[in-house]
Amino acid sequence: MIFDLLGVPPQALLGQLLLGLINGSFYALLSLGLALIFGMLNIINFAHGALYMMGAFVSWMLLTYLGIPFWPSLILAPLIVALFGMALERTMLSKLYHLDHLYGLLLTFGLALIIEGAFRTMYGVSGRVYPIPEILRGGTNLGFMFLPNYRAFVVVVALFVCLGVWFFIERTRIGSYLRAGTENPELLQAFGINVPRMITLTYGLGVGLAALTGVLAAPIYQVHPLMGFHMIIVVFAVVVIGGLGSMLGAIVTGLLLGVVEGFTRVFYPEASATVVFIIMAIVLLLRPQGLFGKR
Amino acid sequence: MTLEASESERPGAHPADSAPVELSVQDLHAYYGESHVLHGMSFDVPRGEVVTLLGRNGAGKTTCLKCIMGLLRQRKGSIRFSGTELIGMQPHRIARLGLGFCPEERGIYASMTAEENLLLPPKIQEGGMSVEEIYRLFPNLKERAKSQGTKLSGGEQQMLAIGRILRTGAKTLLLDEPTEGLAPVIVRQIGDIIKRLRASGYTIVLVEQNFQFASTVADRHYIVEDGKVMEMIPNADLHANMDKLREYLAV
Repeated sequence: MIFDLLGVPPQALLGQLLLGLINGSFYALLSLGLALIFGMLNIINFAHGALYMMGAFVSWMLLTYLGIPFWPSLILAPLIVALFGMALERTMLSKLYHLDHLYGLLLTFGLALIIEGAFRTMYGVSGRVYPIPEILRGGTNLGFMFLPNYRAFVVVVALFVCLGVWFFIERTRIGSYLRAGTENPELLQAFGINVPRMITLTYGLGVGLAALTGVLAAPIYQVHPLMGFHMIIVVFAVVVIGGLGSMLGAIVTGLLLGVVEGFTRVFYPEASATVVFIIMAIVLLLRPQGLFGKR
Repeated sequence: MTLEASESERPGAHPADSAPVELSVQDLHAYYGESHVLHGMSFDVPRGEVVTLLGRNGAGKTTCLKCIMGLLRQRKGSIRFSGTELIGMQPHRIARLGLGFCPEERGIYASMTAEENLLLPPKIQEGGMSVEEIYRLFPNLKERAKSQGTKLSGGEQQMLAIGRILRTGAKTLLLDEPTEGLAPVIVRQIGDIIKRLRASGYTIVLVEQNFQFASTVADRHYIVEDGKVMEMIPNADLHANMDKLREYLAV
């Protein structure tokens, strides 16, 4: 057995693989949203991490203050955060499209600081616990490892949502408008498509994905005002590795890097926090447009 | 028709024909930032006619089409399309009134196949052509349906760019230099298509530099220079006005 050869018990390896897949699912969902937003708005959405955190917090608030459980929250919280995002787009981001990427990055970075600051002021820096929904508690013994049900659920949902978004963009009529809008929005509008509205909805979709990731993450990590800050740095590295603007690239790279991180944790734990950035540096040197990016 | 000779001396005047004016541009001014590029352009396009805007590079022909479509926001004056004022209107609303736009650079989407490009523009009115009809008009496109849009030859891309707006039901087409850089045999093919479209009732505004080609398809020509319409020449009088034309179009 190869596992024995490397002196690593298979349980540890598979356990880390699963953990890697979960992180990878989060990376995939977040970088997919970032890629969508970048394609259509030409803005690098630095507020993505803060909006992910908001997803987790809104879900926690719905439960704590209104008693709304996880399942409706899974739809409701992303919807609320998406509406908030669309208001930001209409009132602020939309003024920057004709300027350099840098301005959008600065604005969204500022927004991220404000949003995270506001939640820190209200809730402090201690994390809150979001209980795993009843039906997904416990786990399944697969013989070679113990699979926590909720974690399996997260991976499945993330994969379905990623595939759904990909299908929507590549195979539907509205998706074809989205692709065309990424390439030449002016002409698309001259064909009769309301491009400004489409841009707002795209931002809403990207933000909604971030918030959904937050809702899914809430029972695994603690709900914490800075949870997005830690996440977003890794996700940006993922996006750089995958290549900005490629949906499939975002999904595949996200999952892959999650798994790579997991394996690194088994074989060389010291590097597990940095492996993504090492890969990013290598990709930038050898293929600056990213693995899936076009020149 | 005897009136037409005097019409040609009043650029932008309403035509004497009984056909109602489909598109009327009056005293149009346009700006790119600080620079003033159209200086009071006026002309009329009667319904069912093929009208050209003839002029040198940089005369303002393309800018004029962009103003009509609302793609250039800094514009003043009046543009009326079947009675509706277009100044101040957003491009997608303008398109939905029944205008089809084929840009100079053709605007074929690289991320889509030829067929996806063809199917991209939404239907805006009843009475557009079916995909089969478009393929009958442009048999090449059917053969290349699954190819990436930008992998098509220049002529095929032009046909795709025209075919694409025939599906939508738009009955007034703005074509920006559809023959630019194409082989004579393709130019002739595109000329035939324009004549067939005219015969089936389309109104067409054609931006051209090639007046030889323009003379084979158009009913009237507006000579554009320095952001103004200098003259209207009915196609029948084109040869009588050759010297003047050469002067306007000479590089």
